[in-house]
Amino acid sequence: MKVFAPIVVVVILLAAIPVVVHSNVVLNFLVVALMVALAGQGWNILGGYGGQYSFGHAAFFGTGAYVTAVLQARYGINAWTAFMLGILGGAVVGAVIGTLSFRSGLRGSYFALVTLAFAEVLRIVASVAPITGAGVGTLVRLDLRLAALQFESRAAFYWVILTLVAVALIVTRIVERSRFGAWLIAIRENEDAAMALGVDTTAIKLGAMVMSAAITAAAGCFYTQYFLFVDSGIAYGTWISIEALLTPIIGGIGTLFGPLLGALAVRTLGELAQSITGDAPGLDLVVFGCVLVLVVWFLPRGLAGAVAGIAQRLRQTERVSTAREAGHG
Amino acid sequence: MPRGRAGARAPRSRLGLSRCRSSEIVLSPAILLSALLNGLLTGAVYALIALGLTLIYGVLHIINFAHGALLTAAMFAAYFAFKTFHLDPYVAVFLLTPAFFVLGYALQRFVIGPASHGDDRNMLLVTLGLAVIIENALLFEFRADTRTIELPYAFATINLGFTFLAVPRILGLVAAFVVAAVLWLMINLSDIGRAIRAVAKEKLGAQLVGVDVAHVYAVTFGLGTACIAVAACLLVPTYYVNPTAGNAFVLVAFTIVVLGGMGSIPGALIGGFVTGVVESLSGLFLGESLGQIGIFLTFIFVLLVRPRGLFGAGA
Repeated sequence: MKVFAPIVVVVILLAAIPVVVHSNVVLNFLVVALMVALAGQGWNILGGYGGQYSFGHAAFFGTGAYVTAVLQARYGINAWTAFMLGILGGAVVGAVIGTLSFRSGLRGSYFALVTLAFAEVLRIVASVAPITGAGVGTLVRLDLRLAALQFESRAAFYWVILTLVAVALIVTRIVERSRFGAWLIAIRENEDAAMALGVDTTAIKLGAMVMSAAITAAAGCFYTQYFLFVDSGIAYGTWISIEALLTPIIGGIGTLFGPLLGALAVRTLGELAQSITGDAPGLDLVVFGCVLVLVVWFLPRGLAGAVAGIAQRLRQTERVSTAREAGHG
Repeated sequence: MPRGRAGARAPRSRLGLSRCRSSEIVLSPAILLSALLNGLLTGAVYALIALGLTLIYGVLHIINFAHGALLTAAMFAAYFAFKTFHLDPYVAVFLLTPAFFVLGYALQRFVIGPASHGDDRNMLLVTLGLAVIIENALLFEFRADTRTIELPYAFATINLGFTFLAVPRILGLVAAFVVAAVLWLMINLSDIGRAIRAVAKEKLGAQLVGVDVAHVYAVTFGLGTACIAVAACLLVPTYYVNPTAGNAFVLVAFTIVVLGGMGSIPGALIGGFVTGVVESLSGLFLGESLGQIGIFLTFIFVLLVRPRGLFGAGA
């Protein structure tokens, strides 16, 4: 149980925020930040622990969002069921893309490219296919009931997304400590060596991809419930592919809390940029781009890594000074 | 060409089915041939963009995700050269090409190289970051407005009897061959070309015999960016400019590079033409917005079946 203690502490602290803060603006900000964090947590399993950089996680986010929206709007299926099926849909898309690309041995740049292409294909299909509402998009009917997974207060939505983030944190922790996780990290460090040692690299990567896709799809499902609208540019747009990889990289790639930390940092920066320039589009993303380059340049292990680095240095200086004192004494 | 000015917006046919039926009726050899020729002409510009991408991949072994954004930037440069200084794009090309060479050189030498610490995955991220910065800085500065320039010869055509060919596109075809020839000569005959080939084959070995690898990387990146400037000047007379204009081309260029084999110059040329034709034909059969899917599906198919491409040495 001890390994889950940090998660419990962080989640309880976050869960207490709406009790203290009642501002809708702040809660809205936090809901979106947690949603992006969830998408990033998905990316982190595959990219952070497995070293497979996907540039097309929009494929999973969008599938989750569309399945949830279309099942409710067109087939009158209950929101909770639609939500679960949305996650399942994302996982299936992940399994298909993963099977195709890992079986043909795509790595590195090639893998990044093929994921990007799949997301684009889905975006174009969604923008013309009648079932998704084509260019118009799909609206979900406003129905503020628990049974419809819609709430009047932002706080309720906040707790829903926080629960999802908590589940993803626990899943990540379990992966980290499992044999599966060890194999995954071995693949990241040196795929050929891992294969030589008898790790079934294709199966492990595929498993990570499915898990990753399901988590990111959950963020998409939540998007639909929160905004009650999707279209192809939102669901399969490049913005979510970029934010999904940006948050873990900035927060600390391949770390448990990296995506959460990164999402809060990135979203805060975005809000700051927006408040400085008003409603002009683009500047927040310029800031994101600069942060991405600067983090890769100067903080290769992200914010979490920087914090750990500082803590370690403090501990070392302490040790050195105590050693010195001991030496003098 | 993705969403060209003439065919402003593709009709939203139901998955192109109605289109399909009507085209079956009127499909004659003349229409097929003209689609084929126009596909080849479009492919020439694609080939130019892909040339830059494949050159960078061949030497640095990374996919330059900033390629599309740089193309957009070059298109804006050509647009403002015309609007502000009344420079014809076909004249501006001689100024913008060296300017973008310098820009590409500086980007690789002073940003991408140092920022990525020699790690391929970091290079991917840095170029992606640059793409986001450039594209959104343009969006912030110029908004999402679509701009076009009016040139007297933009819609000039040559009548072949059964079809019309646009003059600007024929110029594009000529330029693609000229640029490919110049690049090929440079890489095979000049000293810097020899250094580029050495670094592409064996980076460490080249470094050991005294090649300045950082310089060669930057020159290569500069050459790739210069190709983009040429393509931009050829596109501006007939295409619109907006902050995402380059993106439509760059995914196509990725396809071409993969199709032709990463790093292969003839591969990029041939891949460009093939892709232009595939797009033109699938546009004819499926409708314009689905025409692009033809490209992506080709792309995914080639990646999965033969990732080293038609002319590539190995993935």
